[in-house]
Amino acid sequence: MSLLLPDPGLVIWMLVAFGLVFFILAKWGWPVITKMAEKRANFIGDSLKSAKEANKQVENLKSEMQQLIDDTREEQARILKDATDSREKIIHEAKQKAISEANKIVEDARSQMQIERENILNELRLQVAELSVNIAEKVIRKELDNQDKQMSVIKEMLDEIDTLKN
Amino acid sequence: MKKLLSTILVLLITSASLNCFANSENEDGKDLNVSELIFDHTGDSYEWHIITIGEKHISIPLPVIVISKHSGLNIFLSSKLHHHNSFKGFTFGAEDGKYEGKIVEVLADGSEYRPFDISITKNVVGLFITITVLLLCVFAVVRWYKNHDEDCEAPRGFRGAFELLIMDVHDNVIKPSVGANYKKFAPYLLTAFFFIFISNLLGLVPIFPGGANLTGNIAITFTLAMFTFFIVNIFGTKEYWKEILWPDVPMWLKAPAPIMPIIEIFGIFTKPFALMIRLFANILAGHAIIIGLCCLVFVTASLGAALNSTMTVVSILFMVFMNFLEILVAYIQAYVFTLLSAVFIGLAQVQPHNHKKLDVK
Repeated sequence: MSLLLPDPGLVIWMLVAFGLVFFILAKWGWPVITKMAEKRANFIGDSLKSAKEANKQVENLKSEMQQLIDDTREEQARILKDATDSREKIIHEAKQKAISEANKIVEDARSQMQIERENILNELRLQVAELSVNIAEKVIRKELDNQDKQMSVIKEMLDEIDTLKN
Repeated sequence: MKKLLSTILVLLITSASLNCFANSENEDGKDLNVSELIFDHTGDSYEWHIITIGEKHISIPLPVIVISKHSGLNIFLSSKLHHHNSFKGFTFGAEDGKYEGKIVEVLADGSEYRPFDISITKNVVGLFITITVLLLCVFAVVRWYKNHDEDCEAPRGFRGAFELLIMDVHDNVIKPSVGANYKKFAPYLLTAFFFIFISNLLGLVPIFPGGANLTGNIAITFTLAMFTFFIVNIFGTKEYWKEILWPDVPMWLKAPAPIMPIIEIFGIFTKPFALMIRLFANILAGHAIIIGLCCLVFVTASLGAALNSTMTVVSILFMVFMNFLEILVAYIQAYVFTLLSAVFIGLAQVQPHNHKKLDVK
């Protein structure tokens, strides 16, 4: 039966010892550990969260960078294409201009030549006319040494004029 | 297979040596009193018996502190009382008497008087060893935190494991059972858990400094249960007392005869009583079974070598199994005590129910 009866001496020692240990641990033991462990748990949680966010940001940055690279490539391609186009255009324009310039020069030359030719022709005509007048004068002077002949020539001429008039 | 054979061989050799020992023990002609031996080992004593070699008992004498109304305060070593000597009028109570095994003062008229006894018994020393181990374990972790930056590193090794256990009890037993107010009660519950757990484990170690059957002693479990009892009832809310004294039941159950209040008040005391008996009985039973199995070797010594050897092997196998089981029980009983204390505390923290909400349901 003594097995089931608490021994007062042991109860007292237990009360004192356990009470003291409880007091010491409650003051300097458990709160420190639980506080630290909870702090660390929070810290780990926060770290995980921020790591996730950082990952997300990196992901964003990556896609942004890719976007940038793509844009740049496009831009490059566009610039190259523009350059080619403008080169082509310039060459084309230059050609066009050259052709038109050439045409103009040829035209000018042609008109110059026309004028020259006309001038030459006019001069030629004048000289031929003068020459023919001179020849005609000499012929006429030789032919028209008599009256009759003079008269018939006049008459002939008048006729000619008439026919010309008609 | 080879391993199994070698194990059996080792067991046989052990059993043979134990047989010799058992036979020599029994040559005295004394019959082995198993139940006495079990109670001897599981009970308290004024000295810490370590080993007996032949006739020589090796034990640590412990101080006896008794306060008698006849001779006042007396402090002396228990070795003074060896072989039923009496010292300053103190001796052990007569066998089969009221105070068997306890220190009594023999008065002038020859009657035994039991003085107030606060001796440092085996269990008290066991208690001191347990709390020393407990304090060392806890402050090992606390000190680690003092010297380290808790943001950068976590304790490793034993400290890490101990912290893990602390946080497991804290987060998975105390927090959900007590409820919102858990921070106030966590220190007590953690202390109770680790005190019970460590003393259970130390109780399983067969030699000094282990082996004191602390949690298998009703005085210890009684005190622990009283702690829970007072904490539950002192910190109980108004609603908790209202539910006990004027519960929400039909009127005829509480007036004129207060049937429900009586049952509820009875419940206040049965809860810690159950805590006390459960822990005490479980640990005591475990110890008793292991010692009983050990006794099997000696009991069967007189039944012949073959039977004795077989029983020795069987009992050693069972003892190994029981010791593993007791390690499990050491944890489970600490867990159950803490869990139930936490639940009782949590139940005493009830807040007034929202009656309107209940009506809607």
